Amino acid sequence: MLTQESVYEVTQQDRRFVGAHLLVAIAALSVGSLFGPLQAFEWSGLDLYGLLEPIGLGDYYKGLTIHGVLNALVWTTFFITGFFTLVMIAGLKRPLRYPGLNRAGFYTMVVGLVMAAIPILTGAASVLYTFYPPLQASWAFYLGLTLVVVGSWIEGYGFYLTMAEWRRDNPHTRSPFIVLAALITMVMWQIATLGIAVEILTMLLPAALGLIDGTDPELGRTLFWFTGHPLVYFWLLPAYLSWYGMLPKQAGGKLFSDTLARLAFWLFLLLSIPVGFHHQFADPGVPVGWKYIHSILTYGVAFPSMLTLFTVVASLEYAARKRGGQGLLGWIRALPWGNPVVSAQLLAGILFMFGGIGGITNASYSVNLVIHNTAWVPGHFHLTVASAVTLSFFGISYWLIPYVTGKPLWKEKWATVVNWTWFVGMMIFSNAMHVLGLLGAPRRTELGQAPYVPDEWSGHLFRMSVGGAILLVGVALFVVIAARTAFQKERFGPGEGVEFPIAVSMRDPQLTPLWLDRFKPWLIATVVLIVVAYGPQLFEQFSNASFNSPPISP
Amino acid sequence: MTETHSEEAPSFEADPFEKRWMVISLGLLIAFMLTVTIAGFALGFQVPGSETRVDPRTVADSAPWSEPGLRDRGNGEYDAYVISKQYTFDPRTITVPVGSAVTFFLTSTDVQHGFKLQNTNVNMQVVPGEVSKLTVEFDEAGEFDYICNEFCGAGHAVMSGSVVVEAEAGGA
Repeated sequence: MLTQESVYEVTQQDRRFVGAHLLVAIAALSVGSLFGPLQAFEWSGLDLYGLLEPIGLGDYYKGLTIHGVLNALVWTTFFITGFFTLVMIAGLKRPLRYPGLNRAGFYTMVVGLVMAAIPILTGAASVLYTFYPPLQASWAFYLGLTLVVVGSWIEGYGFYLTMAEWRRDNPHTRSPFIVLAALITMVMWQIATLGIAVEILTMLLPAALGLIDGTDPELGRTLFWFTGHPLVYFWLLPAYLSWYGMLPKQAGGKLFSDTLARLAFWLFLLLSIPVGFHHQFADPGVPVGWKYIHSILTYGVAFPSMLTLFTVVASLEYAARKRGGQGLLGWIRALPWGNPVVSAQLLAGILFMFGGIGGITNASYSVNLVIHNTAWVPGHFHLTVASAVTLSFFGISYWLIPYVTGKPLWKEKWATVVNWTWFVGMMIFSNAMHVLGLLGAPRRTELGQAPYVPDEWSGHLFRMSVGGAILLVGVALFVVIAARTAFQKERFGPGEGVEFPIAVSMRDPQLTPLWLDRFKPWLIATVVLIVVAYGPQLFEQFSNASFNSPPISP
Repeated sequence: MTETHSEEAPSFEADPFEKRWMVISLGLLIAFMLTVTIAGFALGFQVPGSETRVDPRTVADSAPWSEPGLRDRGNGEYDAYVISKQYTFDPRTITVPVGSAVTFFLTSTDVQHGFKLQNTNVNMQVVPGEVSKLTVEFDEAGEFDYICNEFCGAGHAVMSGSVVVEAEAGGA
């Protein structure tokens, strides 16, 4: 059941369409996650790749490519587009304007996934998920990834057109926050992915097809990171959407401030993109002045995350006090920790605080050199994409899978176990990785083969692999719960079911200023800031481009 | 829910606590920015910048890259030219006396590599077509490994070398 004002019931077809996204997402997660612990074990001296040799998966870097592509790109993109589809339909209380368009987008993504998976599995694309040129993968890998991105654009167009129709019918009403949040995320993604699109279409794909003799690797890095940093916000903002727009309701309260929630999302649109050089502090070919400017802008993008911390915690405190919570911090215990939907998101938020603090370090122009390309970096992003995002998506799944299948969550208590297992495993794993990074351990390296590993790393390597083993247990249990929920025979009876969660704002959203509900001023500001922060360097690097670095297969 | 129109006019309003938090957040971030600015410009922390461009196909054929290794510039200052290629650094050992200031120049003749000199602040991306440059002073004797920390292919893990800093002058 939706709210009483509901005029549109989400149809079986809508639900199946969203469910198809989730099926691909969770299938990708279940395969991709198997390789994470294999890497962790290899680092600590337990090399299991020999056992996988007979099935063609004995190569460390093939496994690393599978882990990165499936977990960071496929699990996230499919989950997000599926989740947003339901946010649009249930948030606007109307069907997609052109369901065929969204279907076309989804199938484009699926075709792209299959196309990219073939070279990855046959070892023709062991270039990791950053595929830095001149490392060369099969053309099918690049074309497949392109189709996944283009498919997500097409689904975005379906959302924009649905919104345009709603806007025409409701010219004076503030758009629902969750819908606005989803649209801002898709627009940001659309702009951000232009970098990677240009990289693939002008360099990587032509080189793979033999149409050009070489690429310009530094230009490739600049274009990649134009997309690469906002990519992490594409993962994170759907979790924020849930923390702002759904979690307060799930915890028994209200959204503290609709105004500030919208402001935070607009600031993410504005600031997510012109910060990419903070991934290139250690690069040659980028002048130090531009690195410094992007470092400063990166501190800017921390601001909306600080706003989020306040608003989300304030909303949770309101909910907890309504439930009888008392004390300065004692109210935290009064939150509904027994509800796995809630505890997943709470634990995700706690892990993310550590991730945010580490992120400030990464952004620092000078300190970054200590941790660049060390184990610190995967330690960091396992707190962001693999915790803030993935654990929140676990929490969302616990209501979303029942919502789309009409079947109750299988063994709710075990879902709580998943959340805590993930939390504990990640604490151990990411702490060890951060420490190893500070000691100088390189990331994305088959460390068991390396001649330079000092004894002082070994305790941390062991701790890291213990964390990895715990995480494997957690994700395996999650996949079992998801599958048992979706494929069980039992269905909700009449009057039972899951409500689509929408948190009501404490202040009437109609009182939110109009400029926080209009794309135009923010889009103009975003484009202007990108042109200022990236334009001169892009012009410089394109004018001086030399496509003279011949492609080399790894 | 949202359809009820109130008498109030829309306005940007934030809770007093929230306003205070926004001020604190901005203050904190400005403090971080200042720290970075001071470290970067007043204290002279260096990051690699834009140096000369080279042709990765021919760079190793002519000086200085045709003879990688150490150049003594006098006064305890050295330039070290190091070529990165799958899966080795050339040279693999560099010996200098304690107290030397060594400027490392790196380039690649094939794919991207990394150059991290352990226990120092030298950490550079090595990109074909570009030259990466950083300087480090060795105040203590000992052996400092340099390792490739960017994935460069199947043999990436074995790609390393070392700087030997000798207690008495006479290295090179």
